Amino acid sequence: MTQLQEVSVDQIKHLVSERALQGETVLLNMGPQHPSTHGVLRLLLELDGEIVVNCIPDVGYLHTGIEKNMEAKTYAQAEVMTDRLDYLNTTGNNLAYSMAVEKLVGLDVPVRAQAIRVILVELQRIASHLIWLGTTGLDVAAMSTFLYCFRERESIMDILEMCSGQRMMTTYIRPGGLWRDVPVEFEAAVRTFIKMFPRRVDQYEALLTRNPLFLDRTLGIGKVTAEQALNFGMTGPPLRATGVNWDLRKARPYSGYEQYDFVVPTRTEGDVYARYIVRIEELRQSLRIVEQAMDKLPLGPIRSNNHKFVPPPRSEIGVSMEALIHHFKLWTEGYSAPKGSVYSAVESPRGELGFFIVSDGGPKPYRVHVRTPSFDNLQALPLMAKGVLVADLVAIIGSVDIVLGDVDR
Amino acid sequence: MGVEEKLGNLGVVTTTLESVMNWSRTRAMWPMLFGLACCAIEMMAAEGAHYDMSRFGMELMRPSPRQSDLMIVAGRVSRKMAPVLRRLYDQMPDPKWVIAMGDCASCGGVFNNYAIVPGVDEVVPVDVYIAGCPPRPEALIHGILVLYDKVNQQKIKLSAEMVR
Amino acid sequence: MQTELEPVLQDLKDAFDAEVSEFRGDVRLQISSDKIVSLCQKMRDELGFTLLSTMTAVDLGISKDPRFNVLYHFTSVTANLSLGVLVDVSATDPTLPTITGVFKNAAWRERELWDLFGIKFEGHPDLRRIVMPDDWPGHPLRKDHPLGYEEPQFTFNYKEIDSRKPYARE
Repeated sequence: MTQLQEVSVDQIKHLVSERALQGETVLLNMGPQHPSTHGVLRLLLELDGEIVVNCIPDVGYLHTGIEKNMEAKTYAQAEVMTDRLDYLNTTGNNLAYSMAVEKLVGLDVPVRAQAIRVILVELQRIASHLIWLGTTGLDVAAMSTFLYCFRERESIMDILEMCSGQRMMTTYIRPGGLWRDVPVEFEAAVRTFIKMFPRRVDQYEALLTRNPLFLDRTLGIGKVTAEQALNFGMTGPPLRATGVNWDLRKARPYSGYEQYDFVVPTRTEGDVYARYIVRIEELRQSLRIVEQAMDKLPLGPIRSNNHKFVPPPRSEIGVSMEALIHHFKLWTEGYSAPKGSVYSAVESPRGELGFFIVSDGGPKPYRVHVRTPSFDNLQALPLMAKGVLVADLVAIIGSVDIVLGDVDR
Repeated sequence: MGVEEKLGNLGVVTTTLESVMNWSRTRAMWPMLFGLACCAIEMMAAEGAHYDMSRFGMELMRPSPRQSDLMIVAGRVSRKMAPVLRRLYDQMPDPKWVIAMGDCASCGGVFNNYAIVPGVDEVVPVDVYIAGCPPRPEALIHGILVLYDKVNQQKIKLSAEMVR
Repeated sequence: MQTELEPVLQDLKDAFDAEVSEFRGDVRLQISSDKIVSLCQKMRDELGFTLLSTMTAVDLGISKDPRFNVLYHFTSVTANLSLGVLVDVSATDPTLPTITGVFKNAAWRERELWDLFGIKFEGHPDLRRIVMPDDWPGHPLRKDHPLGYEEPQFTFNYKEIDSRKPYARE
């Protein structure tokens, strides 16, 4: 497609109301490039003055073909692409993929690796919620929260860089464990963060939670009931804000989450303010989990011993023939997974993130399907946006917290 | 402007028109908000307080292409988005520059498939390429300074512009 | 989870003549394509599986029959159970009845399957392409669609690829 196409109203007349065909309402394009649509989301709005009568999302402007591209790479190479799906939750994507491969192949993960995985994933959840808070605050004109949140996020990025060398796309969590052990400065950095963060969350709450301007813009806007949310397939904080207590970390614990003591926040109203409160509370609970995991961090190996799938440590290659052969096979051909298909899901900051991997017995996955939460959460937008003002629509899009890399894959 | 030192406190500054033009262009270059994917997050982090981009003149990011000079293409450009990108570039007034930030905008990056345009220079002419996946905020700032060097070396092409 | 799923599986096996399979803890039912709407209705209303987690398809190969396998994955948040349902779709007539009347998020999932695989859904209110441009030929995730791989430029073939690339010069 080299030129933009002109679309007349006739082609979309099954989507808009009859008033548009008669010219009573205006069809406005809230285009792919817009300051408030967190990414390249195109919304076709049918406006009656300032009130939204109909809102038709048009996605696909960030389609990357990741699912087809992963079919051409081995399991180890395909993990590099998983980082780039939901680019605010990079370690979470790695964890979901690694868990799916471990389930398919039947790998064990040592306890130290599980605990460090939990720490990094929860820190990433905090970072993702901080970006949400910063950008949503910017949408409702609370500009100072943007600068504060990005300042906190820098500390988390420093921790990730210390472990893996990369700020965002780490690929640190791999099937069978981790890439390498955490450095000695890790514990001090995490403990400093744990000590300094609760007061910062109090600062954000002091700015927004009881601010009459913020309440005016968010209270009672974009309501969804629990039944509607479940029917649309919503998961994550938007579902928990309607009253349904569904969190995969509690319902189907993975990677050692059952040992940690935390609360899953829920509210009942289901509007923008409820989602805000749920996410702020999740920030505090994630910090609690990080603190408990740091206290209980066990010693031990960080990779599985099954060297048919997990590379042996470099120090062994010089002394053991088997280690050398395993290393050679893994690097040239890659490991072959048994025939079959698995589905494995984790709780990302946006909802249920699942990987469905089909294997035909070869070294490359036959089909990978990623169940991304933002794809389903976005489908409820037309329902939430009926009858609101355009400014409220901006607040609603911000509160659903979509990431277009998730939606389009 | 070295004349000041030679002639003392005369109250007069002499320079070339080009230097003034290039100096003023680099000191207040407003980028267009064109963050597509992961690189956009690092661009936002570069704008934050830790790596402050406003000390280089980029105080604000204008979402409207009619009010901006610089388009930082941050992120992967898919086939559906390419004509939109070209239309936005055409809407920007002269003088305009383009920075291709990140591997996906420079050359297609990690992705080599049907859905991604391999390098945004197939759609718009690019001035500076920044490597990295995503590039650190410091790398972005380095790229911007390289662009400033390039702008400072531009000469006025009077004949071509006046003829057009 | 297997024990609590037993009565559900028995109920569904009797009502819809399904086959049960299991791999690494994931339970799947295989049914024929004309029964899918009534199965979804029953899952949502009687058995409490109110969340359609995902809907996806696998292309088994150009010469295989049936060519596609469509998987529906249901979750029950009250009983904490998950169940997958597989439906076979042939290559000569790739159509399925739509379940948008039962689960609303199937609307976009079915559009995505039409876009990427070419599986039509009868009764869908708005079946058009969702992630690819509207005039894209073919269905990308089928096995006979090429990856669109571009050759990397090394030093020995730099000039020849450079001359082929459509640079935008102005």
